Amino acid sequence: MKRTYGALLGACATIAFASVAAAETITIATVNNGDMIRMQGLTDDFTAKTGHEVEWVTLEENVLRQRVTTDISTKGGAFDIMTIGMYETPIWGANGWLVALDDLSPEYDAADILPAMAGGLSHEGTLYAAPFYGESSMIMYRTDLMEKAGLEMPEAPTWTFIREAAAAMTDRANDVNGICLRGKAGWGEGGAFITAMSNSFGARWFDMDWNAQFDTQPWKDTLEFFVGMMSESGPAGYATNGFNENLSLFQQGKCGMWIDATVAASFVTNPNDSTVADSVGFALAPDNGLGKRSNWLWAWALAIPAGSQKEAAAKQFIEWATSKDYIELVAANEGWANVPPGARTSLYENPNYMEVPFAKMTLDSILSADPNNSTVEESPYVGVQFAAIPEFAGIATEVSQEFSAVYAGQQTVDEALAKAQAITNDAMEAAGYK
Amino acid sequence: MARAVTTQRKIINTAAAWAVGLAIFFPILWTILTSFKTEAQAIADPPLFLGFDWTLENYSVVMERSDYAKYLWNSIIIAGGSTLLGIIIAVPAAWSMAFVPSKRTKDILMWMLSTKMLPAVGVLYPIYLLFIKLGILDSKIGLVIVLMLINLPIIVWMLYTYFKEIPGEILEAARMDGATLKEEVIYILTPMAIPGIASTILLNVILAWNEAFWTLNLTAAKAAPLTAFIASYSSPEGLFYAKLSAASTMAIAPILILGWFSQKQLVSGLTFGAVK
Repeated sequence: MKRTYGALLGACATIAFASVAAAETITIATVNNGDMIRMQGLTDDFTAKTGHEVEWVTLEENVLRQRVTTDISTKGGAFDIMTIGMYETPIWGANGWLVALDDLSPEYDAADILPAMAGGLSHEGTLYAAPFYGESSMIMYRTDLMEKAGLEMPEAPTWTFIREAAAAMTDRANDVNGICLRGKAGWGEGGAFITAMSNSFGARWFDMDWNAQFDTQPWKDTLEFFVGMMSESGPAGYATNGFNENLSLFQQGKCGMWIDATVAASFVTNPNDSTVADSVGFALAPDNGLGKRSNWLWAWALAIPAGSQKEAAAKQFIEWATSKDYIELVAANEGWANVPPGARTSLYENPNYMEVPFAKMTLDSILSADPNNSTVEESPYVGVQFAAIPEFAGIATEVSQEFSAVYAGQQTVDEALAKAQAITNDAMEAAGYK
Repeated sequence: MARAVTTQRKIINTAAAWAVGLAIFFPILWTILTSFKTEAQAIADPPLFLGFDWTLENYSVVMERSDYAKYLWNSIIIAGGSTLLGIIIAVPAAWSMAFVPSKRTKDILMWMLSTKMLPAVGVLYPIYLLFIKLGILDSKIGLVIVLMLINLPIIVWMLYTYFKEIPGEILEAARMDGATLKEEVIYILTPMAIPGIASTILLNVILAWNEAFWTLNLTAAKAAPLTAFIASYSSPEGLFYAKLSAASTMAIAPILILGWFSQKQLVSGLTFGAVK
């Protein structure tokens, strides 16, 4: 009898130990935005399903980028999952720093990920990060002001139309600026916008031999058009305006048009925060008739650093957070307008979601951006508003500082382009590209 | 004979002092006010000063979303621990430099201070790798050591300056009365330098509390202090100024209260020996 009890106790202890050993606590580094915060609030669902606990490290985007880069390049192991973007993923995947996500379960349906997103988050055809949400950029405009100006926004406007419409909508006496755009220095701020815009003017960062292209006419045309339009119709001090500054201006009714991230659509149409929520329309980012539009492509995605001790639990989390079921969970708790957009094809086949006013335009914008073929002339890099090479962030930050100095009236377009050319060529030479 | 100060001059001086004080305090006041606004009120143009509907919603959201107590506790341990460790090391160091100087004492002091001129990011990778090797990444003990080391030059310099003001004859008298070196430092020197030590402690606690480079880069989920708590509410893509202000107010409140109640000691310590 004693032996039986002993065996039973031993078995119980083994089972208990096994379940404790199976339940992990994973640490996730992420950014502070509405979708990510919502995910944190719903983590109990993941814990209930798998038994794994989650610890969050939420940081500002630029701090996070520096923090996770330090950790992954030193194999620090501080995080089991990192939130990274389309810029880092192919570079880190090529370096062997990330776990390949090529064995996700059949129920996950990896083929459902939007091709543009899967392409941008892969290296040599292998997916290294699962998109949590994706975005492009598009025009958000005031329907009432457009009507007052006697104009109608085409679904796919040209830059010429946008400049004319901006001038017509500008009403300085009432503090209304025809157009608000990013001018703030930083590769992810003004740098991202001007690079995406330059694609539609036929410009590119590098030729096929990695020579800088700022001495070409398309770049001069891009900057002169931008500065001219913003001087006519932009807000004062636009050289220091980024996403948040323009969002604030638009929500207060001080912008006729704003071309920026598609995720902003949910902010400007939210009546709790926006004074113009009921009069916002959407259109594709403008083009110049050269076959490329000026919208970008971005995704915040979840990736596992190579060497993670909790790879299995981390994969389970990624499958949960980027699944179709998670989208349903958010919709049930917060409504369809708040589900993470731009990651899965099936979301845009869902009639409930397609009733959201900005859903179709977001999808059209994402589909019109191709990170593998973003420029009019052939270029050697992947990426729409960036070139996915490790040196780009540093170079583009410096170049965007020169451009911001033009917006602030501190130097001419020609001076800035000459400096950009020298900065880029010097950096590329030092990095061994030439 | 002291020069008579006219009433008019007094008024001007007082007004000027208040103006400077308010200008310095204004960013903190604005942060506190913004924390009681809605996100829409926080970005209103023209800005709303007092005429808005006050709300505690931001505090409620921050408390619900973050484990404030954990961040606060980590900050207390890291700031307190690094200060205590720094004082224990700096008191004997400053004593030897003040009372038993050598030919190279001034050079050593300058060299110590020069380490503060090194950009922190320049040594991030070596320190990070060292922390991985020692297994102290994302640990309070790791941060206590790092913050103690980066603030040590300031602590030694401050204590050295205070100790220099104490007449060496008093210590000699103690020695003649048979005091050992330990007794001399603990029972004679330290009590005489209490205002200086107190202000050094306070200043170092403030520096450690506000340190945001190492505390963000060497922590993850376990040892993150209030600087990480604030960083989690900052976003370049989304207007969360009111919530960020609430988080900031909660992060600075403890140190603000400490500074407020100890301002007398802080001022007397910082001006210790300034006027003979």
